[in-house]
Amino acid sequence: MRRDGHGEATLDRLLSAQEIVVCCGSGGVGKTSVAASIALGAARRPGVKVLVLTVDPAKRLATALGLQALGNTEARISAEVLAESGVVLRGELWAAMLDTKQSWDALVLRHAPDETTAYRILNNRLYHNLTARFVQSHDYIAMERLYELHASGRYDLIVIDTPPTRNAVDFLEAPQRMAEFFGGRLLRWLTLPYRVGGGRGARMVNVASRPFYQIADRLLGSTFLQEIAEFFLNFQSMYDGFVQRANAVEALLHDRRTTFAVVSTLESAPLREAELFCVELRKRQYLLGALVLNRVLPETFLSEHSQAAAVALGNDEGAIAESLAAANDLDTATVRRVLGSVAQSFERFGAVAQHERALRDQLRDPPSVVATVPNRAADIADASGLAWIADHLFART
Amino acid sequence: MGPTPSWLDQRLLVFTGKGGTGKSTIAAATALFAANHGKRVLLVDVDAKQSVASLFEHAAVDFSATRVHAGIDALAMDTEQSLREYLKLNLRIPVVGRIGPLAKMFDFVATAAPGVKEILTLGKIAWEVREAIAGRAAHDIVIVDAVASGHVLAHLNAARTIRDLVDVGPLRTQTDWMIDILEDPALTSINIVTTPEEMPVAETIELIQRVRSASRAPLGSVVVNRVLPELFTRDDEVVFETLRNPSSQRLVVDEFGSAIIDVFEGARLAVDLRRSRAEHLDHLRASIDMPTIFVPYQFGSLHGLRMTTVIAQAISDEVL
Repeated sequence: MRRDGHGEATLDRLLSAQEIVVCCGSGGVGKTSVAASIALGAARRPGVKVLVLTVDPAKRLATALGLQALGNTEARISAEVLAESGVVLRGELWAAMLDTKQSWDALVLRHAPDETTAYRILNNRLYHNLTARFVQSHDYIAMERLYELHASGRYDLIVIDTPPTRNAVDFLEAPQRMAEFFGGRLLRWLTLPYRVGGGRGARMVNVASRPFYQIADRLLGSTFLQEIAEFFLNFQSMYDGFVQRANAVEALLHDRRTTFAVVSTLESAPLREAELFCVELRKRQYLLGALVLNRVLPETFLSEHSQAAAVALGNDEGAIAESLAAANDLDTATVRRVLGSVAQSFERFGAVAQHERALRDQLRDPPSVVATVPNRAADIADASGLAWIADHLFART
Repeated sequence: MGPTPSWLDQRLLVFTGKGGTGKSTIAAATALFAANHGKRVLLVDVDAKQSVASLFEHAAVDFSATRVHAGIDALAMDTEQSLREYLKLNLRIPVVGRIGPLAKMFDFVATAAPGVKEILTLGKIAWEVREAIAGRAAHDIVIVDAVASGHVLAHLNAARTIRDLVDVGPLRTQTDWMIDILEDPALTSINIVTTPEEMPVAETIELIQRVRSASRAPLGSVVVNRVLPELFTRDDEVVFETLRNPSSQRLVVDEFGSAIIDVFEGARLAVDLRRSRAEHLDHLRASIDMPTIFVPYQFGSLHGLRMTTVIAQAISDEVL
């Protein structure tokens, strides 16, 4: 989205043209709350149906939305729950959590050639491990669910909160990696001895000369290796379905109707990762819509007047402690100590605010929408907390 | 309360925790703390994000241990390199030239086979600990900046997983001595880094429960990072509230100008932040029975070695 003659770029304008918002960023920056708040803010528009798909919401946030019993199925946040927190939406707000295991099982049942194969896969102990620990399996399954929900046509806008990843780029590559995994020559090569040897259960006598099998056999024992190969043989039967689907997911993420919102705090490490992520998104030609700076200290910490006032207060210039003590029937030494702490605290947080400002000024090539959410002492306890974040996210700067 | 037994008496300190809690900083600072007390440290960066190197103002490190600071060698985990080393040391398989395709293949199998990938990480770490105990290594203690709490159990359990899965072969035999090291509370501790916030505290409590029920890994301490200092005593806070009444505020505005209101609001925010965090700390304390180490929040722009040094001092103050 570009700035044009019709005013500043805002999240509101950005979202009016989108169907999917992918929230990403490193762990601990408040991604889930921001995703939920974007959804809530978008649902203020009349008649709009918005879904937020989260991976691992904080208990309080989930409770706030009445989501404790929610699984893979979407549920509407009731108008009563929202009204209790003083939130009125003209559209509908829906939420769903991602149950990885359930989603994987559904995927296998959909793509397996027949039920017997499906259950052979589902009951394999390696399958359980694969779904739990497949590199980027969380990422892939989240994107897969996103695809499915989008294709259902039930929502005008879907906001997805991405799972915590070791590397921000991982989930972008998940669909492609998934396609490669199942279409890979490696997989065919690995299962080859079982296929030429007469199918399942064949021994790998004829391949003993291959260094890989030689070493793997010595490391793992042949029974285990055989089990692995059998599993892959079954899994491979789902190849076409999986690859087709992975490619479709990939295409959806690249679609102009999908935008990315990178979330970060103004701290060195998360911000470095956020910037790197912005670069990667652009490099891969995804639509980078917004940067959300979360938990930013208020500007007042940076004002020269306030800083000067804090210093004067700390020095008790004008012996204000004495008059305050007299006016409130307090001990002067106590008042002086308290004023000293007030001043010291301001200077301490002022230093943090300055660091935040410096980091912000150093941002290289930010997207046209940069939204700032102030640091909020309280946790998000109900929908009004989300509405508060939404107010700041959607504010015109 | 310091960790029992003392970190400095142990051979392997593993640091895990939710992403964003400062796990790498705490691991690096603990390494510096140990080095300051005469220990020769091997610092292992499992995530290979290179944060450990930058915390010592050092260029990126690779799989071979590199001196990053006086008394501290660091290495970044690399499963391919680990496999190569393993094959050479244990199977006497000299892998010359490119291991690439082989490792790729191994990687592929390891993706589905539980514990295989993790054992390459854990095996390298356990091996370094064994060498240290035997006095054959250039280090006395191994400190690990491990994977985040969501994935750490798979690593901790890798040796047992392999032993249960693999019926024969050298891999199985080797799990025995690894388990001896990894499950001995005199040698090893799994330490969890957290912050006084809702999600990190919840994840810490959950991780402790999971480690206890699903592994035999010895838990060490919980390190609570970024603890805000108390601004006021309870009595002083009452005084602070009193001073925020309109007539008193008029007095201060007359003296210092209207900007002083922001200064009081700033203190209000500090008190609120501290209070909401104290709630999470209380919840943590009430839910766990492990030694807890508090590391204060660092105001201002500390980074790199300066940050490591300050945190190391804070750890030293708490632990000793």
